[in-house]
Amino acid sequence: MSTARQAVRPGLPAPVPGLASALVWGSGQLLNRQAGKAAFFFAFFAALIGWEMGTGNYYAGMDYTPRANGGFFIRGLWGLFTLGTQPRQMTVTGLTEGDNSIVLMANGLIALLTLGLLAIIWIWGVRDAANHRRALNAGAAPETSRAYFKRIWDGAFAYIVLSPGMVLIVFMSVLPVLFGILVAFTDYNRDNLPPKNLVNWVGFENFATIFAVPSWTATFIGVLGWTFVWAIVATATTYAAGFLQAVLLANKKVRFPRVWRSVFLLPWAVPGIVSALVFRSMFNGQFGPISQWLVDVGLTDERVYWFTDPSHPNLARAVALLVNLWLGFPFFMALVGGVLTNIPDSYYEAARMDGAGPLQQLRHITLPVVHKTVAPLLILAFVSNFNNFGVIYFLTQGGPDNADYRFAGSTDLLITWLFHLTLDNRLYNIGAVMSMLIFVIVGTISVWNLNRSKAIREL
Amino acid sequence: MTTEQAPTLTASDPAQRARAARRRRRTAPRADRVASAFLHLELLVVAAIVVFPLLWIVGASFSPGTGLANASPIPADATVEHYVSLFTETDYGRWYLNSLYVATLNMVGSVVLSALCGYVFSRVRFRGRKAGLLGILILQMFPTFLTAIAVYMLFLNFGLLDSLTGLALVSIAAALPYNTWLMKGYTDNLPSSLDEAAAIDGASRWTIFVRIVLPLMRPMLTFVAITQFTMPWMDFILPALLLQSPEKQTVALGLFAMIEDVYQNAFTTFAAGAVILAVPITILYIVLQRYLVTGASAGAEKG
Repeated sequence: MSTARQAVRPGLPAPVPGLASALVWGSGQLLNRQAGKAAFFFAFFAALIGWEMGTGNYYAGMDYTPRANGGFFIRGLWGLFTLGTQPRQMTVTGLTEGDNSIVLMANGLIALLTLGLLAIIWIWGVRDAANHRRALNAGAAPETSRAYFKRIWDGAFAYIVLSPGMVLIVFMSVLPVLFGILVAFTDYNRDNLPPKNLVNWVGFENFATIFAVPSWTATFIGVLGWTFVWAIVATATTYAAGFLQAVLLANKKVRFPRVWRSVFLLPWAVPGIVSALVFRSMFNGQFGPISQWLVDVGLTDERVYWFTDPSHPNLARAVALLVNLWLGFPFFMALVGGVLTNIPDSYYEAARMDGAGPLQQLRHITLPVVHKTVAPLLILAFVSNFNNFGVIYFLTQGGPDNADYRFAGSTDLLITWLFHLTLDNRLYNIGAVMSMLIFVIVGTISVWNLNRSKAIREL
Repeated sequence: MTTEQAPTLTASDPAQRARAARRRRRTAPRADRVASAFLHLELLVVAAIVVFPLLWIVGASFSPGTGLANASPIPADATVEHYVSLFTETDYGRWYLNSLYVATLNMVGSVVLSALCGYVFSRVRFRGRKAGLLGILILQMFPTFLTAIAVYMLFLNFGLLDSLTGLALVSIAAALPYNTWLMKGYTDNLPSSLDEAAAIDGASRWTIFVRIVLPLMRPMLTFVAITQFTMPWMDFILPALLLQSPEKQTVALGLFAMIEDVYQNAFTTFAAGAVILAVPITILYIVLQRYLVTGASAGAEKG
């Protein structure tokens, strides 16, 4: 009824421009007489088509197949689904160029992610066209494209500021994670390496292998068990030692507490890789000083091969835990020390009035207060110990060898086993399955921990 | 014992009472002294255990000879030849500069990006905020290793392998989710009345961020800067995967290769390299320990 409404073809139902925009991006906006917006959406449409045509092999009268003619998107999706159809072959003219399944998979994923981003713009365009028409039909004044974009721009501060970080995360974290998940469902390993061979989708076969082939299952269960023991004992011992040291340092009788504190912080301050490699040399069986000293003193008759003697796997494990204790206690000491200075003296005075001894004060005041603050960090420490690549790999390299295990030694954690599997033995598919299992375990623990903390509820 | 006797004594004889009091005063300090002696003995033992390996590696770096067997904590005829040969016979200088480059880039990139993302997630309400926060939280739980392998395969295909800048970008991305959560958690605890006042005065969001919030975030910025600067010096998995040519190695890779030798023939040179790597980082950590401990516990509070 208003003049504005009559200006833009009255009576057109809202879905019509929407449908038009769905077919040819921006055409709906054109029907709504919004040329600027139409150009904006059409630009994306043109880029999509242009990219596909430009990278593909399109010409009149072609015999279309995605492999030969498809551009970035079509060939990408084809590659993602089939992982290639033509292996490298020896012919009269020499080696033909076969399909490289892994390149195809990576390109396919990138094409899929790009299409996903474009789909967001597409949906935005379709909804905008329909909504704007609905608003016009309801009698609203038409908005110019310029006003619309100005409004969007003001509200887009968050997205603009976030975009550099998010682009980095999408291409350096999300894409690799998706890629890793996909590899778990293929037969990509040393027997099947592109470009010589084609990689195939195998469904859940790799998962079945780990849980059905006895030697794989035995290794998995064994390594998993040790990883849990390691993570629990390592966390508990470092916390206990750090707590003890902090309480002792807080004692008023200690002379020069700051000097002691700085000395004890050294293992935390020295780069982990240096300390681990130093310990590895000290515990070197053949030339290391500790074996030598034990022989010199007469405690052992011959040199002890700490990390390479298959008959003493538990010796290697115990030494690794001790070294980890050396590395890990200062952090908890510093942390607990910080909490201790914040406990008001009045608590202890009140306890003394009631006749509590030093041990009772420790048990009923210090311990609960410290524990309350440090508990979430314990979970964090557990998780980082669970994936403690550095200590095990640099110290023992997983050794001593274990004849019952597949590609794993007695001190191998899941994460170092993964390293052996993928890098040393190129069993990429099994490695990918292992990564997913680790993710499930770590993720469950983290989610449980988060649920208890207030971080999630305050989101 | 003295305390039990005290009541009976008070009743009988003031002289005896004075003696008992004196005895009590004397025994109490003695018990104190014994406790104090035990305390310091424990501290001394722990300090010895802590210091010995470090002393040993420093000693080894000055020991004559090349092998592990030659290493001694206090070498009789100390020499600096290993430090010299480190720079003349190995590529240590090159590795050091490479690590420095990656570390600097990683620090700057991480601080800038995580501060921006943390501020936006904390202060701006926008669509997809909750999904974004949860998404990066889940991403952070994925073992870096799975990502690393995939990054390797992707880089291989796109010709980005063997690039120090590529390594720095991957490191920034890998740590960004966690750092963003840290920054967000820290900004949440800053009073929002300051920004609101500035917004009423007509300041734009960008001005508010740069002028008001950023200076207040300094402790957390320091924490992220230190951790991200020191990380590339110790990181092994990613550089091992992504760097290949000898002139692109980092210190960690070079040192590890030195010690890989079964006969430990380059041990004293390794020791010298380890000392040069460790000393600056150790000093940095000890000097800035307050920031580092607070930052780490803040991370725990916010998951």
